[in-house]
Amino acid sequence: MANALLSVRNLSVQFTTYGQTNPVLKGVSLDVPARSQIALVGESGSGKTVTMRAIMGLLRSPPAKVTGGEIFYDGRDLLTMPDRERLKLRGTAMSMVFQDPMSSLNPVFTIADQMGTILKYADRRLGRSRNGRERMARVHEVLGQVRMRDPERVARSYPIMLSGGMRQRVLIAMALLSEPRLLIADEPGTALDVTTQAQILKLLKDLVEERGLALLMITHNLGVVRETSNYVYVMNKGVVVEHRPTAELFEAPRDDYTKALIAAVPRLTGGTSFGKAGAAA
Amino acid sequence: MSAMLEIAGLTKLFPVRNGFGRKTGDVRAVDDVSFSIEKGKVYGLAGESGSGKSTIARMIMGLARPTGGDIRLDGHSIIGETGTRAYGRKVQMVFQNPGSSLNPRRTVGQSIAVPLAAHGTPAREHRQRIAELLEMVQLPADFALRYPHELSGGQKQRVAIARALAVAPQLLILDEPTSALDVSVQARVMDLLVDLGRQLGLTYLFISHDLSLMRNFADTVGVLYLGKIVETGATASVFEAPQHDYTRLLLASVPVISAEEEAMRPKIPLIDGEIPTAEQLIALRAAVSQRIEK
Repeated sequence: MANALLSVRNLSVQFTTYGQTNPVLKGVSLDVPARSQIALVGESGSGKTVTMRAIMGLLRSPPAKVTGGEIFYDGRDLLTMPDRERLKLRGTAMSMVFQDPMSSLNPVFTIADQMGTILKYADRRLGRSRNGRERMARVHEVLGQVRMRDPERVARSYPIMLSGGMRQRVLIAMALLSEPRLLIADEPGTALDVTTQAQILKLLKDLVEERGLALLMITHNLGVVRETSNYVYVMNKGVVVEHRPTAELFEAPRDDYTKALIAAVPRLTGGTSFGKAGAAA
Repeated sequence: MSAMLEIAGLTKLFPVRNGFGRKTGDVRAVDDVSFSIEKGKVYGLAGESGSGKSTIARMIMGLARPTGGDIRLDGHSIIGETGTRAYGRKVQMVFQNPGSSLNPRRTVGQSIAVPLAAHGTPAREHRQRIAELLEMVQLPADFALRYPHELSGGQKQRVAIARALAVAPQLLILDEPTSALDVSVQARVMDLLVDLGRQLGLTYLFISHDLSLMRNFADTVGVLYLGKIVETGATASVFEAPQHDYTRLLLASVPVISAEEEAMRPKIPLIDGEIPTAEQLIALRAAVSQRIEK
């Protein structure tokens, strides 16, 4: 898909640690068309996080090295463009919702401080300027968009004064500050209770739909895949083993690994039998 | 059928102190909780953070002292007896994160030897017993010489299970035993727990927030909310016909992977917006207690 908003082509990444070189991504390709909701699912060690980091340009080199492939955003290859150009896209046109609201927020600054700083530097990279009052207005606006009932109060708060769900929503607000076209979400809500996680996923889905964003959801949870995406890539050991429309994947998985993964998920309806004698009992 | 564990009116209050250390009130972490587990059965306690599920486990283990109520193990009250060696031989616990519940400076064998030594197994029998325990959890005997950092998450959790089984307990408390594991590894650890339960006739108290897992493992469930059990019953009936609003909310929140599961999820709006403040929670609590009394 040449016209996808984000297109990863045959990406290979290796890590060199203690003199040993290991391939971590072995030719990964995936497409995120504009306004689409795509999931990238895999277990620990599958390479999903490395893929996400390569897209965002967050891989530390060394030990990581991109050994092949391209990553196109809006038709331009992120891997060959000058750093200055790439900086203009990162955190602005494409931004990330991080997983752990406790470690992604600085405990000694207020939400307004942290969001204001992000906005200031995003503006500077894009050659825009806003005064402090305009920045705060934008911060309050975005906090309102993530359904905070009292954005001014939240902005004045320190992270510790907010609940886990609210902190996660602050992280979503941060990602929305510069009106991105692509949101990359790394397991949002996994650190939260199930009822709060459900709210966060619903909020994310609503936001993406009402603002016409593209969403790339990185997760290990197949339930989250089904709830938030309409097309899914399954990764195992650095390779995309299967990619299909989400509904099809759950109805009739083709790849053996995908089949095993789906079979391992306990069902709310029961009938998942554990233990050797499980089938007999 | 006789009960392995009976809990009656169990209550735990934590004092709330002001800035001067003066007591200003109590938090009812566990509020008049009663349930019992038949021998050889699995009782599932479902609840979110702050519901009191871990405090209940800690009181049964003797790691926290109940403010009120009774805990009976195999017919005997164990209030005041917890923490003794005789008690430790009957009740053991598997913790959530094997990465932090195993001592990184001890080999697997040394970790398993700690409860053996504490409960009087002669040192010359340790090697044999460790090998048996590792075999029970389907790990090779030479794992005894490895350190935790050499093992995968699933292997570490198997070691933690072997250590808990070292004293041949009757009741095993499982506190979110697979929440740190990948789903395929989780399935293998659950297989092991089910097989061990059958082989050894173990009784399990299974604590989890994962309702899909609970549905497939527990015989009976109790749904815990703000320190109270708001609903309890046979797992299938609670899941198929939840009676309490909170149970419905929990079920409605579970991400599922099939249309059949989606069909059984209650269709209620997920609470939108901010979580309740302390005052709202107190009001909510009152409403919950009223419902229970009704």
